[in-house]
Amino acid sequence: MAIKTIINAAGRSVPLEINGQPVIPFKGVGKHRPEGGKYSPPIPTCSDYPDDGNKVVTSLEEALRKCGLRDGMTISTHHHLRDGDLVSNKVFELASAMGVKDLVWFPSASFPCNDPVIKYLDDGTINRIEGSMNGPLGRYVSEGKMKGTAILRSHGGRVQAIQDGEVKIDIAVLAAPTADSYGNAKGTGGTSACGVLGYAKADSMYASKVIVVTDNLIDLPCFPMEIEGNYVDYVVVVDKIGIPEKIVSGTTQITKSPDRLLIAELTTTFLEKSGILKNGVTMQAGAGGTSLAIAVFVHQILKNKGWKSKFGFGGSTKYMVKMLEEGQMGFILDAQAFDLDAVRSIENNPNHIPYPVFNAYNYHSKGNLTSMMDIMILGATEVDLNFNGNVVTHSDGYLLHGIGGWQNCLHARNVILPIPLFRDRIPVIVDEVTTLCGPGELIDVIITERGIAINPLRQDLIDSVKGSGLPLKTLKELKDEAEKICGRPQKPQFEEDIVAAIKWVDGTIIDVVRKIKSG
Amino acid sequence: MKNTIAISGNSGPKVRSDCEITLELKTEGGIIIDLVSKVEALFGESIKSLISEILEFFGVKNALVKINDSGALPFVIAARLESAVKQLINTDLDYLPEFIKENGYSTIRDRFRFSRLYLPGNTPGLMINAGLHSADGIILDLEDSVAPEKKDEARLLVRNALRQINFCGAERMVRINQGERGLEDLHFVIPHNVNLILIPKCESADYVKSVENEIAVIKTKLNLNNQVFLMPIIESALGVENSYEIARSSGNVVAIAIGLEDYTADLGVPRTAEGKESLYARTRLVVAARAAGIQPIDSVFSDVGDMEALKQNVLTSKALGFEGMGCIHPRQIPVIRQGFAPDETDMEKSKKIVLAFETAKLKGLGVVAMGTKMIDPPVVARAQKTIDFAVRLGLLSGNWIDDIPVKEN
Repeated sequence: MAIKTIINAAGRSVPLEINGQPVIPFKGVGKHRPEGGKYSPPIPTCSDYPDDGNKVVTSLEEALRKCGLRDGMTISTHHHLRDGDLVSNKVFELASAMGVKDLVWFPSASFPCNDPVIKYLDDGTINRIEGSMNGPLGRYVSEGKMKGTAILRSHGGRVQAIQDGEVKIDIAVLAAPTADSYGNAKGTGGTSACGVLGYAKADSMYASKVIVVTDNLIDLPCFPMEIEGNYVDYVVVVDKIGIPEKIVSGTTQITKSPDRLLIAELTTTFLEKSGILKNGVTMQAGAGGTSLAIAVFVHQILKNKGWKSKFGFGGSTKYMVKMLEEGQMGFILDAQAFDLDAVRSIENNPNHIPYPVFNAYNYHSKGNLTSMMDIMILGATEVDLNFNGNVVTHSDGYLLHGIGGWQNCLHARNVILPIPLFRDRIPVIVDEVTTLCGPGELIDVIITERGIAINPLRQDLIDSVKGSGLPLKTLKELKDEAEKICGRPQKPQFEEDIVAAIKWVDGTIIDVVRKIKSG
Repeated sequence: MKNTIAISGNSGPKVRSDCEITLELKTEGGIIIDLVSKVEALFGESIKSLISEILEFFGVKNALVKINDSGALPFVIAARLESAVKQLINTDLDYLPEFIKENGYSTIRDRFRFSRLYLPGNTPGLMINAGLHSADGIILDLEDSVAPEKKDEARLLVRNALRQINFCGAERMVRINQGERGLEDLHFVIPHNVNLILIPKCESADYVKSVENEIAVIKTKLNLNNQVFLMPIIESALGVENSYEIARSSGNVVAIAIGLEDYTADLGVPRTAEGKESLYARTRLVVAARAAGIQPIDSVFSDVGDMEALKQNVLTSKALGFEGMGCIHPRQIPVIRQGFAPDETDMEKSKKIVLAFETAKLKGLGVVAMGTKMIDPPVVARAQKTIDFAVRLGLLSGNWIDDIPVKEN
């Protein structure tokens, strides 16, 4: 069956319908205007819930049955337990045993620990995944093995889709490190602490049914609650919701690679010489080794100059916590904790504030935290000559990563991508990105070990580093340099079939991923 | 029976930017290429055509080539395949990748040699970006960092690296092996614009001369006129005793270095952080180098994780009179460079002394004085040396005197 496609505002051929539902092609940054009201889940009544507030049921299976689990439902989970998650897979194991088919799994992200769901995709329990797909899951989708079409959204786009009713969650299964019998829940405490539960907040508010799964049931009230009990239908107590050492890294580490450190150094020098780094600066840096090194170098500059960052936006790590504790950062607003120091800090430091993604990233809301950030350090698998970025596929065409908060963060004032010019033999700067995830107009600076390219749209930044001695080059020059070393890569071959759609932050379709041509 | 299978290169989970090639000569069936590569989707065709081209170059018509590739660049694949071919057939041919024009530079005798970065000669992954870290010299090592059974293939890899990798102005150095093998090594590198040869475990002036002669033979044969400097490394008690003779053995010797791991082993004492056991050797080496008018270079510091200890080590080294040291990790380069450069107080003091000297000269005074203190000529000379040093490093402008506001008095 031929699928009707159209060329969207980014010049990409995208379908008008995905999984039997109409979709809107990307119209340009800030161009799509949503209409109508927000989605609202069914109205509950207290008369259906126990007066004593005790919503504990004996097992996850019982909870799923009571929620009316049936074919075709959408099941959401969150990824705060990261690679230590023991709950998501269990849901589909039970569903498969119950003979339920064609579910839609709507995780906030997936990890290698979720690879076992491949067997529930194979046996028809799951029709499709709408969320990130890494490693083997991505390979599975790229090879066209998933029945439905995958939909990838940013963290903010996921909240937008929930709020706008693009995705109606039938059952949210929310793992909680600590909860009470009423369903109030938080990310700290117990043996499976993950710090915060920000990604699960929208699920709890908009899902028709909500199940909280915990291995640390405490007396009411579980405080401060991130998930509020009045949204919760059932509470399930299990032995273990996660494997602690895989939930957070014991400790995150800055990169040891001399080339990555060089990139981090160059980035920091750029931030300093361009004047972006200043007293009161607001910033976000992820948990990647290069970003962490930048955070360490930036911290040193703040310290030397007696400056202070007004606030930093997490994913938090021990390096950000160190800034907070040593007085170079006023607050950490946090959507997820990457290591044990970050978890400890959230528990103990009143200036380290859990901050739901809901408030930070959602594009269909009355303001957006990311556009208030001065410095945004991000990565990419590819960047093209128009500064467009790709984070979901590799140059060989395989889907290998989720979008995470990447698209949302592009709205920051200065979006800087410190990336190696080539990985092994694979050049990072290409003529045209394999998959478009972020429009080039939002990407300001590319920093590689062999030079810095500033987006011509940012004349102010170009002027700010004139005569600074920094190795400024055009993207074309950098691309030529890489290809001189690596050779010019051939293009991966695709079939016509669309295996995944990439949503922009406003719910429109910015690009699609096609099936890899089988050898 | 003659061997028909050869293996070259490296593979394994930790190997990057390299490949392992198994070449099996056949009597029929043409060329069959069995490629496993993490970059196959992007470079599969180009790898296969490169392999075919090289086999044709060597006249191999029938062979099975298995290549296990972890993102090797073309010059690496070429070196690996050539090495496999040469294990199986006798040939005078060399498959030379393009000599990139950026690599044609020469260096000068008295350039700075603060930091010189060692790169294991059979590990391509570490070579590709080495030039970006601003070392004064890059050493492609054929000696201790290459396993004995990999020595032959390393020669081809180093040769190709000299042609293909841009080391961004760093002095292009090769450390050859000891003895006869070292002299053979020269044939693989001298034709490819090496700036300097490091001679390891050097114990006599005669050996330096034999290296120099071999280089001259190669240059004459190929009609080359590039300058090749020499840096003998002293690594034994005998070497230390002969250090002055070694230092002045040839006009091409621009520096001598000391290697303390082997030296302390030769003495039969442990190498300590404090370095008391090698103090005599180090100072002896400095004196020998100075007497011969060349640069004394210190041993490498092997704890790559401890930058503070490295810094202290550099300061000690500088205080003993050394002008540089080896590095085994790029992160050591800035620490070493900064350590050997004159510090702020030193520069300020020297400026005052030189200024006082210039003023005295202008006034026709025979004695230089600062305040009530007399300044001896050697003190002036040392200050002038520090200033020249700072100017050459770009820490001080060449007309710094003119930049000082004139005081009326």
